[in-house]
Amino acid sequence: MHFLEFEKSIETLYEELEKVKTSQSKTEVDMSSTIEKMELKIAEERKKIYANLSDWQKVQLSRHPNRPYTNHYIEMIFDKFQEMHGDRNVKDDKAIIGGFAQLEDQTYMIIGHQKGVNTKLRKYRNFGMANPEGYRKALRLMKLAEKFNKPVISFIDTPGAYPGLEAEERGQGEAIARNIYEMMNLKVPVMCIIIGEGASGGALGIGIGDRVVMLENTWYSVISPESCSSILWRSWDYKEQAAEQLKLTPKHMHKFGLIDQIIKEPDGGAHSNPKQMAKTVKRYIKKVTEELCAIKPQDRINQRIEKFSQMGFYNEDAKA
Amino acid sequence: MPEGIWNKCPECRNTSTKEEIVENMWLCSKCDHHFRIDSPEYFKILYDDNKFELLFEDIVSKDQLKFEDLKPYKDRLVAAKKKSGFNDAISVGVGKVNGKKLVTACMNFAFIGGSMGSVVGEKIARGIDYAIKHKLPFMIISKSGGARMMESAFSLMQMAKTSAKLTLLAKAKLPFISFLTDPTTGGVTASYAMLGDVNIAEPKALIGFAGPRIIKDTVKKDLPEGFQRSEFLLEHGFLDFIVDRKELKEKISDLMGYFRK
Repeated sequence: MHFLEFEKSIETLYEELEKVKTSQSKTEVDMSSTIEKMELKIAEERKKIYANLSDWQKVQLSRHPNRPYTNHYIEMIFDKFQEMHGDRNVKDDKAIIGGFAQLEDQTYMIIGHQKGVNTKLRKYRNFGMANPEGYRKALRLMKLAEKFNKPVISFIDTPGAYPGLEAEERGQGEAIARNIYEMMNLKVPVMCIIIGEGASGGALGIGIGDRVVMLENTWYSVISPESCSSILWRSWDYKEQAAEQLKLTPKHMHKFGLIDQIIKEPDGGAHSNPKQMAKTVKRYIKKVTEELCAIKPQDRINQRIEKFSQMGFYNEDAKA
Repeated sequence: MPEGIWNKCPECRNTSTKEEIVENMWLCSKCDHHFRIDSPEYFKILYDDNKFELLFEDIVSKDQLKFEDLKPYKDRLVAAKKKSGFNDAISVGVGKVNGKKLVTACMNFAFIGGSMGSVVGEKIARGIDYAIKHKLPFMIISKSGGARMMESAFSLMQMAKTSAKLTLLAKAKLPFISFLTDPTTGGVTASYAMLGDVNIAEPKALIGFAGPRIIKDTVKKDLPEGFQRSEFLLEHGFLDFIVDRKELKEKISDLMGYFRK
């Protein structure tokens, strides 16, 4: 188990609990009531900490190494999954995965950013930073879904689109722009679920949907707090302030009308109980599939376009 | 845009007077370097007798998030307006190019680096509505460092908003000309700038998604000569052609002709 700096008090309690558990198994003395009390105390402590998280702490949580990633949700939610590779042009991008998934009698097309769970896999997945071919693979799969009338689910979790030489050569900007444009007009229902980091164009490149929702401990912004700090404060030391100023939490995003809903996480965050988290997401997917399938395709597209067309704030008075 | 009486070309170091540069369509007379210019200059180059109507000028930025870094966003807006003389980072004009009507949304780099916030998105959206209503072709002249950080996710969503509106323009079978100038980066490249029915650019303009500095820091090696310049994008298949400022008006006029039914 990995503990973040603000979880230190829980870590201490955990260590104590482990000691008690070990001595119980060694001495064979029943300590179950002590264990129960300690577990309760941990739960309470966790609740207390999680009720008062700063925006920056939420950003840290969204990057928690034990947090469930796209492949975990696929495994926990769906009965079957067939991964499909490649953009049919350059190569297979490992930072975005996709394929058909079956949930009871409904087939979905899943796409999502994929991060790695250990050092080797993190590198293999390029830390969830996609290249143009990743976005183009996603688009190919979404078009396939459209052809066979399957709803699309997109899991978003990226620190950004990859800023590399080859990414630029192959048109990172064009790939993201094309996806945004094409997703506006997909004839099938599209749900986008932000499960971790929603960093800028890299997130938006698979982020246009009839429903865009965020899990409770995630963020969505035009730039990461660190990069924002380095550009606007000209120093890396203002990430906490930048996180506050960017108003990147689900609560803000929902209040602004930029996302449709916040999905509650288990006490202690998604990583403390991935199964329960997946159950909540599964329930959401089933409910929204029903809602969206009841709308005529053209109406759905019109509503999608209308929703994004309304986003923005401005005054309409030159004297202001 | 050159400011003093005497100006040195950043490319060839040739010195010329402001008048000479203006006379020469804001180009260096020796090496053809394209000085950065904003909407009044582009409109002057494009529109017949410099006659055009500015649209939606009453739409101005609002500091909804009360964003503050080293300076409050509110103060930055006031300063930008005062310094640049523009209401925001884009101006929309309608007028005639060789007698053919065209709606142009032109970004103003002098206003907070041509950054795309809610006003840029809204003015493009309304420009497209106007083009659809009057059945006119639409052009965006991009010149921007990308999305405006001080509007956070709202500026990010302008990528979605403008793209959504462009799908409506396409459904109306009206042409969209995307003209990229120095620089066009970030969220602007990753939305409308790359979505033209034709994508064209000025020579040697910096065009990319990530900025060169960020890429250099990431890949930890020197970037090749000419990387992310117009000629590089043309070579890699992302531009239809490069147009010299002196030929801009004729080329745009020709394109409008090709698109005509």
